[in-house]
Amino acid sequence: MELPIDYMTLRVIWWGLIGVLLVGFAIMDGYALGTLASLPFIAKTDEERRAVINTVSATWEGNQVWLILGGGAIFAAWPFVYAVSFSGFYLAMFLVLSALILRPVGFKYRSKRPGKAWRRNWDWALFVGGFVPALVFGVAVGNVLQGAPFSLDSDLRITYHDLFLGGLLGLFSPFTVLCGLTSVAMLLVQGLTWVSLKIEKGEVRDRAIRWATFAGIGVIVLYALGGLFLAFGDLGYKVLDAVAVDGPSNPTRGEVVREAGAWLVNYGKYPWMMAAPVLGFAGTALTLVALRFKADPWAFIAASLAVFGIIGSVGLSMFPIILPSSIDAHSSLLVWNASSSHSTLFTMLLVTVVFLPIVLLYTAWVYKVLFGRIEIKQLKTNPDLY
Amino acid sequence: MDMSTVDLSRLQFALTALYHFLFVPLTLGLSFMLVIMESVYVLTRREIWRTITRFWGTLFGINFVLGVATGLTMEFQFGTNWSYYSHFVGDIFGAPLAIEGLMAFFLEATFVGLMFFGWDKLSRPAHLMVTFLVALGTNLSALWILIANGWMQNPVGSDFNPATMRMEVTDFMAVLFNPVAQAKFVHTVSAGYVCAAVFVLAVSAIYLLKGKWVSVAKRSMAVAAAFGLASSLSVVVLGDESGYALTDNQKMKLAALEAMWETEPAPAGLTLFGIPNLKTQHTDYEVKIPYVLGLISTRSLDRPVIGILELVETAEHRIVSGIAAYDAVEKLKVNENDLAARAQFEAHKRDLGYGYLLKRYVADPRTADAALIQKAALDTVPNVPVMFWVFRLMAGLGLFMIGVFALAFLLVTLRKADNRWFLRLCVLALPMPWIAIEAGWILAEIGRQPWAVEGVLPTFMGASSLTKGQIWLTIAGFTALYGTLAVIEVKLLLKTIKTGPYASKFGRMHDAEEASPLETGTLSGPAE
Repeated sequence: MELPIDYMTLRVIWWGLIGVLLVGFAIMDGYALGTLASLPFIAKTDEERRAVINTVSATWEGNQVWLILGGGAIFAAWPFVYAVSFSGFYLAMFLVLSALILRPVGFKYRSKRPGKAWRRNWDWALFVGGFVPALVFGVAVGNVLQGAPFSLDSDLRITYHDLFLGGLLGLFSPFTVLCGLTSVAMLLVQGLTWVSLKIEKGEVRDRAIRWATFAGIGVIVLYALGGLFLAFGDLGYKVLDAVAVDGPSNPTRGEVVREAGAWLVNYGKYPWMMAAPVLGFAGTALTLVALRFKADPWAFIAASLAVFGIIGSVGLSMFPIILPSSIDAHSSLLVWNASSSHSTLFTMLLVTVVFLPIVLLYTAWVYKVLFGRIEIKQLKTNPDLY
Repeated sequence: MDMSTVDLSRLQFALTALYHFLFVPLTLGLSFMLVIMESVYVLTRREIWRTITRFWGTLFGINFVLGVATGLTMEFQFGTNWSYYSHFVGDIFGAPLAIEGLMAFFLEATFVGLMFFGWDKLSRPAHLMVTFLVALGTNLSALWILIANGWMQNPVGSDFNPATMRMEVTDFMAVLFNPVAQAKFVHTVSAGYVCAAVFVLAVSAIYLLKGKWVSVAKRSMAVAAAFGLASSLSVVVLGDESGYALTDNQKMKLAALEAMWETEPAPAGLTLFGIPNLKTQHTDYEVKIPYVLGLISTRSLDRPVIGILELVETAEHRIVSGIAAYDAVEKLKVNENDLAARAQFEAHKRDLGYGYLLKRYVADPRTADAALIQKAALDTVPNVPVMFWVFRLMAGLGLFMIGVFALAFLLVTLRKADNRWFLRLCVLALPMPWIAIEAGWILAEIGRQPWAVEGVLPTFMGASSLTKGQIWLTIAGFTALYGTLAVIEVKLLLKTIKTGPYASKFGRMHDAEEASPLETGTLSGPAE
C-alpha cells in the first residue's frame, strides 16, 4: 500500500512530535515537579505545605501521563532510542523511577494521618519526587549532548562501555551537572510561577515569587553557560556519511564523528533556528518582568515559552542526530536510521492526530472546572483537599 | 548472553509485574462499581448512596496510586532490562503502549483528580460522567496492554526485516484484532471485576458481622453480589482457552497445563488430578473427565489435542528450518542483493526464531549438531509441574468464587444475607481472587517460555547487556521500596475500613442516623 506521506517526512514529523511531548511533559508535569522541589523553601507550616500541595493535587496525575506517553511514543516511533537510552542510563532510570514512585503515594498518603513525623517524612518524599527527576533528566540531556559510550553489533545488539560504578557516576561531568542544574532551575521557575498563580495572595505566594525570581536569574546564567560549553567545550558531533533519509532503520549504516563546536553549526546553516535559544532567554526574561509586576498568569505562560525554547534548542542543535555514540562512529542514532517502519510511523501519526486534540480539550475542561486559587482556610472546611 | 543476567532480569520483571498486578485488578473493577453506586445516587438522589460511593472511592484512591506508581516501572522496564527485545519488536509492540498512554492513561489520570476534588464543583450527572470516564480509561488501558501482550503470545501481522534486523508491522488491524488479545482482555478485566466484588463483599461482611454501618454494608453487598456473579461467570465462560489452538506455543501451553505428554485422540478428556513425572514424561495417577478438554480447546468433538512430545518433534523440524533462515540473514547482512539468500530467507523466515533457540548454546546456530538441536527443541516445553498445578489453583479458585457469588446473590435476594456463616465465608474469600489472578499471570507467562515472543524471539535473547551488580541493585531497591509501600498501603486501607464510611470527612448531617449500629434497614428497598 502506498502511504500518503513519505518516509523522510514522517521521520521529521515524529522527531518534532517527540519534541512536543517532551515539552508538554516539561511544562505540565514540570510545574508539579518544580512545586514539590520548592516545597521546603516556600512553605513552613503544615497548613502552608498542604496549601502548596493542593495547588497540584488534582492535576498532577494527568500531567504525569506526558512522561508515560513520551516513553511509549519513543518506544513506538524510535525503538532504538528507547532501547539504547533506557538501558544505557540504567541506574539513572532507576533513580528517577524510585523518585517518581514516591510522588503519587506521597500526595495521597500524607494527609491520611495527622502525625508530625508522618507528614515530615512524606514532605521529604515529595521533595525527592520533584527534585531528583528534575536533576536527572537534565543530566541525561547533558549526556546525550556529550555522546554515550555504546556500540551496536551486526545483530544490532547494544553493548555499553566505560561502565563507571554501574554507569551512574560516569554520567556526571561538569557539563552534565550544569545541564542538570539548568533543568532544576527551569522547572523551579515553572513550579513557582504555578504556585504564585494558584495559591491565595499572601505570604506563601510572596515567597514563591521571590524564589522564582532567583531561579529565573539562575536559568539565564546556567543556560548561557551551557551555550558557552557548546561553543568552546569540545562538544559536538557531525554526520560524515549521510545515510539515505528514507532508507531502512539501521544505525550501523552511516557515520558520525566527534567535532568540537558542531552542535552550533545548524544555527549558521539555518538562521531561523536561532528563534529557539532566543525564546529560551526572552521567555525567562519576560517571566522575571511578569513576576516583578505580580502578573501571575503571564509569568507562567512566559516560563512555559522559555521551556519550549530551551528544550527546542537542544533538539535543533543536534538535528539530525538523536543520540551520538562517543566510542563508535557506526552506532549513532539519527532521525534517518533509528525510527520505526514507514507504516508504523504513519499509523501512529493518525492515532496521534485524532487523540491528542481530544486529550487537550478535556484537559482544558478539567482546568476550567478547577479554576481558582487555593485558600488556606479551605483546608479546614473542604474535606476533599489533601 | 550471560544467562544469570537474563534470569535476574526475568526475576525483576516477574516481581514488578506481579506486584503491579496486585493493585490493577481492584482498580479495574472498583472503578466500575463506583459508577454503579454513583448511578444509583444520581437516579435516587439519596445521600446514603453518595456516602457509599465516596467511601469506596477513598479505598479506590489508596489502591489506585500504587497501581499508577508501579505502572511507571513497567512502562520503562522494557527499555531498561529488555533492550534487545525493545529493538527487535518495538515497531509493533511500542504502538499499543503509546496508544494506551494517549487513549487510556490520559483519560483515567486527568479525570481521577476531578473525581476526588470535583464533588462540590460539578453537577451530579457531570460528576457521574467523570467517574465513568475514569472507569473507561482504566479498562481501555487494560485493552491496549493486552493487545501488546497478546501479540507476544500470537505474533500476527508482522514480518522479520533483515535490513533492520527486527520484526516490522505488516498488518496493524491483525495486531488489533488478534484473537488471543481479545480473549485475554475479556478474561483479565472480568477477573479484575471479581476481585473488586470480593473486596466489597468481604469488607461489607466484616461490617455486618460487627453490626456496624449496616445500611451502607447491606447496600454495598447487594451491588457486589450481582456484579460479582456476572463477572465470575464471565471469567470462566469467556475464559482464556479459546486461543489455545492457534500457535505451536499456545498448543504447548495447553498440553503443559494438562501435563498431556502424548497426543490425545478426539475428543480429549480433561485431567482433574495427576502427578506430572518429568523423568518418565508421563503423568501418574491421572483422573480424567472425558470429552471436556476437546470441547474447551478445539470447540469440537472430532479434533485431537496435540501432546507435548509431538510438539517437541515439530519444534525440531522448525529449528532445522530456522538454521536455514539464520544462514540467509547472515548472507543478506553481507550482501543485500544476494538473490539466492533472499529466496532462502523467504522460504524459512517463519522459523528464524526457532533457529535463535540454539543461541543459548552456540554463538552461531549453523554449527549446531543433531544432539544440540534436540536439546533446543526440548527447551520449548515450559515447566510442566508448575503449569499443571498453577492452572488447577487458578481454575479451582475461579469455581469457588462462582459458588460464593451464587450464594451471595441468592441470600441477598432472599434478604437472608445476615447469616453469620455466610458472612464468615465472605471474609475468608478476600485473598482468593488475588491468588487466582497472580496464578493466572504465572500460567500465561511461564507458559510462554522459552519465548519472549512466540516463535520469534527467545526470552534469553531479549535482555539488555547489563551487569549482574546493576540488576541486583535495582531488584534490592525495588523490593525495599515496594515492600515499604505495601505495608503503608495495607495499614491505610485497614485504618480507612476501621474508621468506616462516616469518618468526619464524609459525615453528612442528614444521614447521621445511618451511622447507628442499631439501624436495620431493609436490603434494597427504600428505608427512608
